[in-house]
Amino acid sequence: MVSSIEIQSILEKHPGARRDSLIPILQEVQEKDGYLSREAIVRIGAHLGLPASKIFGVATFYNQFRFQPQGRFHIQVCRGTACHVKGSARVLDAIEQALEVASGQTTRDGMFSLEVVACMGACGLAPVINVNGDFFAGVAPDEVKKILDTYRRKAADEAQTN
Amino acid sequence: MIKIEVNGKSIEAQPGEMLLSALKRAGIKVPTLCYIEGLFPSGACRMCVVEVEGQRNLVPSCAFPVAEGMKVKTHSARAVRARKTIVELLLADHPDDCLYCVRNGNCQLQELAEELGVRQRRYTGEKNVYKLDTSGLSIVRDPAKCILCGKCVRVCEEIMGVAAIDFIGRGSETRIGTAFDQGLNISSCINCGQCIMVCPTGALREQSYIKEVVNALNDPEVTVVAQHAPSVSVTLGEEFGIAPGTDVDGVMTAALRALGFDRVFDTAFSADLTIMEEASELAHRINTGGTLPMMTSCSPGWIKFVEQFYPDFIGNISSCRSPQQMMGAVIKSYYAEREGLDPKKIFSVSIMPCTAKKFEAGRTEMSRDGIPDVDAVLTTRELARFIRMRGLDIRTLDPDTADTPFGERTTAGKLFGATGGVMEAAIRTAHYLLTGKELEHLEVEAVRGLKEVKEARVKIGELEVGVAALSGLGNARRLLDEIRAGRKDLHFIEVMTCPGGCIAGGGQPLGADLSAVRARMQALYTIDHDEPVRASHNNPSVQRLYKEFLGEPLSHKSHELLHTNYAEREVVR
Ligand code: SF4
Ligand code: SF4
Ligand code: SF4
Ligand code: FES
Repeated sequence: MVSSIEIQSILEKHPGARRDSLIPILQEVQEKDGYLSREAIVRIGAHLGLPASKIFGVATFYNQFRFQPQGRFHIQVCRGTACHVKGSARVLDAIEQALEVASGQTTRDGMFSLEVVACMGACGLAPVINVNGDFFAGVAPDEVKKILDTYRRKAADEAQTN
Repeated sequence: MIKIEVNGKSIEAQPGEMLLSALKRAGIKVPTLCYIEGLFPSGACRMCVVEVEGQRNLVPSCAFPVAEGMKVKTHSARAVRARKTIVELLLADHPDDCLYCVRNGNCQLQELAEELGVRQRRYTGEKNVYKLDTSGLSIVRDPAKCILCGKCVRVCEEIMGVAAIDFIGRGSETRIGTAFDQGLNISSCINCGQCIMVCPTGALREQSYIKEVVNALNDPEVTVVAQHAPSVSVTLGEEFGIAPGTDVDGVMTAALRALGFDRVFDTAFSADLTIMEEASELAHRINTGGTLPMMTSCSPGWIKFVEQFYPDFIGNISSCRSPQQMMGAVIKSYYAEREGLDPKKIFSVSIMPCTAKKFEAGRTEMSRDGIPDVDAVLTTRELARFIRMRGLDIRTLDPDTADTPFGERTTAGKLFGATGGVMEAAIRTAHYLLTGKELEHLEVEAVRGLKEVKEARVKIGELEVGVAALSGLGNARRLLDEIRAGRKDLHFIEVMTCPGGCIAGGGQPLGADLSAVRARMQALYTIDHDEPVRASHNNPSVQRLYKEFLGEPLSHKSHELLHTNYAEREVVR
């Protein structure tokens, strides 16, 4: 989690507590931290003189914000037009079912987090997903489990060598 | 005044006003779902659309200003069709739950569906699945029945200054919720219930305790005692079709007995008791240089508000418990002793205009040895439901009188039901305590009326005190900020959480307009005008209670039973 000092330094860059600073502040905090923690939301609210309910309301309006820390492996599913046409909705379903989380959430064990993004600019590979920077092209729903297992194994191997 | 033409008839309008208010004044009914009188229109629901000549599209009358010569059709085929479609779309994502719904027969959505002749389901969509939030002691939220009109959000933020809830998410996932989608119990909600009062549907309701009360009434071992708040007798009648502003005290008492309550007491008695303690506390603070301004403590929404938003003012709040809790405490001590009852075998029920009273009764400081002073709180609405459930109609009952000793009250205690009333009652008694003489002119006009901010300078003998009576916590916020910024001319501040005071509390009959609230207030003033004993210190039963049991105001015993303390509260703000 970003430390209080880091939030403070972001807030200090936006003096005068203006409402239109809200989105840029949320973006900066998420950039630093990968998500918006409760503490960060409450602090931002206090700084701008806005209730936490309002900040949370605004933040949930935009798809870009997440409220749980990213998992060890962060999965992005492209929902751009090309991917959509090639069936990315079913890929997303398959991942959501396999992990038992919805987009924007993180698995309980902290291993995976899931995000839906607009076009990744890899339309030739549709439908495409991206796990910590690795691109998987032309993913079919029934391949999802295999991909996830690769990362589970990776985590297990690393745990042994440590 | 300008003239506009509506449905072929000429009506008058004020320049600059919105079409809807001119229509209302002329008695022309246009349905609304998101409009709140006195607040800026949000134009969210489009239920109020009408046809205006020269406008290509239908216009929302709540947000469309009048203009000289304007020609309006409120019920053209096009306008009615548009409204019907809106309702049909709302119903597409609505549970068909009317039979099980607390608002069955009293729901604006249901009413509109009926009025517009919706007879079949034209749109079927996927219904959102939402969890009921029953985490709070006072309020239940059922997002499945929410039509997203946004009124609760606006009242909570703009009138109450709390902002516990807001719109969350977007598109078809939009819903109303607290920060982080948590339960109301850990949010900044102060339990006032004003959101219930504006909600057009069953999406918001009180946490009901009728079942607990019924169980106690069915238990032959238990003595069930009722107390009813000062404002309830002037509002309950409305639930039975009696005109607003009718005092139904006698028949309400009869109904409570018919329901099986063993004793019926009047919270106005303990309001008198509160005044004895609170006026003494004020005199003490003034004489000894204590923390001023002193602020009243009878409204539990306000207490939680200070504990979480303004903890630096905790020392300003009177240490007096509210009348509900004072009554609860003397019932299970003095009264139990006197009647030879085991406090564990008394079930104490209070009938309140208020949802926050449920929360107050549940506070840990409000129990002694693990026994709560008040066991269950019912709102005015719940009492009405309970009475109907037993097939009773208060219009056909013979009036009855309350029990001794806690059924005896003065009119000062009764005044607690409206904004300014605690102040007025306190001034009457403080004058007597500080000067030894009765106040000559008992009505303190400056703190009367429905205005939400009233200030005055009042002479009590030699002393001139600055007083303020506020209602609607948005107003309290503004005054506290002024005091934080250095304002120093006030000695005593009365704060009631709900705009207008308890007569417009979150547990009162739904659908009252301003004129109904004014009638409720007038009913209290009439009682005060017509009866002989008008100052709390002249209540014989209160005097006896001090003589036989408490000693004097602020005594050790009083402190133990009638006073409390507050603490800073951590919530998501
Ligand atoms: S909120 Fe109204 S329409 Fe919905 S179930 Fe309840 S009574 Fe019926
Ligand atoms: S009960 Fe009062 S404070 Fe709580 S959500 Fe409703 S309006 Fe807001
Ligand atoms: S809970 Fe009631 S008042 Fe609030 S938005 Fe929903 S329908 Fe409107
Ligand atoms: S009442 Fe006019 S838009 Fe809702």
